[in-house]
Amino acid sequence: MKVRHFLARDRFQTLLDRLVEAGYEVIGPRVRDHAILFEPLSRVEQLPEGITDAQAPGHYRLERSDSGRFFDWATGPQAIKPLTFAPRETLWRSERQPDGRLVFREQPPEAQPTAVIGVRACDLAALSIHDRHFLNDAHPDPHYRERRRNLFLVAVNCMRSATTCFCTATGDGPRVQHGFDLALSELDDGFVMEAHTLEGQAILDALETTSATHDQLEQVEAGIERATHQQTRRLPEGSLPDMLQAAVDHPHWQSLNDRCLTCGNCTAVCPTCFCQTHVDQLSLDGKTSEHGRQWGSCFDPDHSYIHGTVIRAERPQRYRQWLTHKFGTWVEQYGRSGCVGCGRCIAWCPVGIDVIEELAALSIAPEAALSKAPDDAPALATNAAPATTPARPTDGEDTP
Amino acid sequence: MTSALVPFEAEVVGCKDETPDMFSLQLRFTDPEVQAAYRFSMGQFNMLYLPGMGEVPISIVSDPDEREMIDHTIRKVGSVTRNLGELRVGDRLGLRGPYGRGWPTEEAEGTDLVIVTGGLGCAPSVSLIEYVLHRRGRYGRMHIIQGVKHSNDLIWRERYDAWRQHPDVEVYLTADTGDTLWPWHVGPVTQFFDRIDFDPARCSVFICGPEGMMRAVIKAMRQRQVPEERIWLSMERNMHCAIGSCGRCQLGPKFVCRDGPVFTCRELAPYLTHRGV
Repeated sequence: MKVRHFLARDRFQTLLDRLVEAGYEVIGPRVRDHAILFEPLSRVEQLPEGITDAQAPGHYRLERSDSGRFFDWATGPQAIKPLTFAPRETLWRSERQPDGRLVFREQPPEAQPTAVIGVRACDLAALSIHDRHFLNDAHPDPHYRERRRNLFLVAVNCMRSATTCFCTATGDGPRVQHGFDLALSELDDGFVMEAHTLEGQAILDALETTSATHDQLEQVEAGIERATHQQTRRLPEGSLPDMLQAAVDHPHWQSLNDRCLTCGNCTAVCPTCFCQTHVDQLSLDGKTSEHGRQWGSCFDPDHSYIHGTVIRAERPQRYRQWLTHKFGTWVEQYGRSGCVGCGRCIAWCPVGIDVIEELAALSIAPEAALSKAPDDAPALATNAAPATTPARPTDGEDTP
Repeated sequence: MTSALVPFEAEVVGCKDETPDMFSLQLRFTDPEVQAAYRFSMGQFNMLYLPGMGEVPISIVSDPDEREMIDHTIRKVGSVTRNLGELRVGDRLGLRGPYGRGWPTEEAEGTDLVIVTGGLGCAPSVSLIEYVLHRRGRYGRMHIIQGVKHSNDLIWRERYDAWRQHPDVEVYLTADTGDTLWPWHVGPVTQFFDRIDFDPARCSVFICGPEGMMRAVIKAMRQRQVPEERIWLSMERNMHCAIGSCGRCQLGPKFVCRDGPVFTCRELAPYLTHRGV
């Protein structure tokens, strides 16, 4: 078993200092615009001490907490996705020479060693999914790879879950499991720490720590246990890919037409959504053109545009594309669901659409769903009837 | 490492207007080493780039054994394709590829071929047909069925005439709407299936064209007891990266650019029967 250390709260600044000395730019949670965002950080006073978050469908508010802890909040709108998959970046430039020739120049990313403090289990799971998408393929993405290679990750075990959290249902938290350099567990008077890489060990060795006591370790376990039991959201039982495939024509999709704004907020805050739009920007003199990419969204009608036609023209079709990919077809593509249970899509949906409720409604056979009065529908999937498989049209006819 | 997303310079070595809104380009990489190293298989596609305008995925119509140039036939439907149509011999553009999984030419050996295309859907099958004609002994009977919306849309009349001259090759042309001079059929492509002579238990069906037509052909082929894994489809979706990264061409659990564009009917059947998937 790994030796676990204790860093007193009044020594936490030394962790930031050692990281800076080791050549890292330090990024961590800070309060900005009434939310917790990951931004450059140099002093402990910049951390959200004594701040907690209240989250619910369509609701995210920061509040004062009774504790003086730095990490007494669940998830901000974004954690580390922008650090590896840049919201907007130039991939290459083309230059037209005076003789008409075209020259293409790759634009390498400006990646520097970056230490991120406060990475949660759900976000580590999401990073691991992005690694599979961007790196383990015939065409590893050099931009992602360069940024990823430069990351030093200081994870934090969650001692508190928001009402929107469901990482226990996806198997991704609240305890951090892998893919980090250092892990922190926050107690009132300091941090239990463990290193998982040589780089993490080097930083830990440079700190003035003591061996964590049995009592401190028990407090850590109790805290993680508390965060686990605070989660009440459950996914429908059984295979979600099978359930969603069977529900492709479920009447419930149509109910999204009146609710979903197709704003794409859920895809922007989702730590695993990777869709991109490639764009070209021509210089004013017409000689150079920058080819870049920026975050895209399957809620954008243009996403499925093809020579004069939008394949998913209707709003419920776009919501279906997102949900069936995230929880269904993603499994065949990447060996696991695309959801890590962070609950951001629930909190940051402006109209409070709740994926857990949508999945519960879709898991009820259409006939049963139609015969139920709306207020009979179970709020959570724990009460849901087992998914049944309605006969799929096999005659090749369109189904509206 | 250079990103797979960066194009190479290519030049136009030939261009030809096929119809008022369709044209063909013959392209060649300006770097002879790049051109010499370039290989593709039938049914794959390239990304063509115009500075400041963007990229479009276009299927390759030339013969893979033709090493000097790469042919594309393109319809003017958006800003990039309209401007590609303005290119003339000597003009430069960006080209990267080939991408995707093409037609299963080896798996189809020894079987009867039924190639059903609609509109410009015939483009990805042209190289396939030429490939088979150059290796005629390896394949059984070949039935080529090409449908167009209007008789004016038919291109490559001379190719169809040339293909007809080969033994055991049948070519059927049909239009949804034909003018008085249209010498061939009027009606859907499926009307030929009861007339053509192929062995449903030992055949390979290749389909390319609008998805509504594909669904109709699949239905008819299932009625003829053709196994789903012997029916191949060349699919189209919006693509920006062509390497399975941008997510735009996702179709069920597949990325059309990387896992396709050619799929078996068995792979995609659950996702083809519903609009908006």
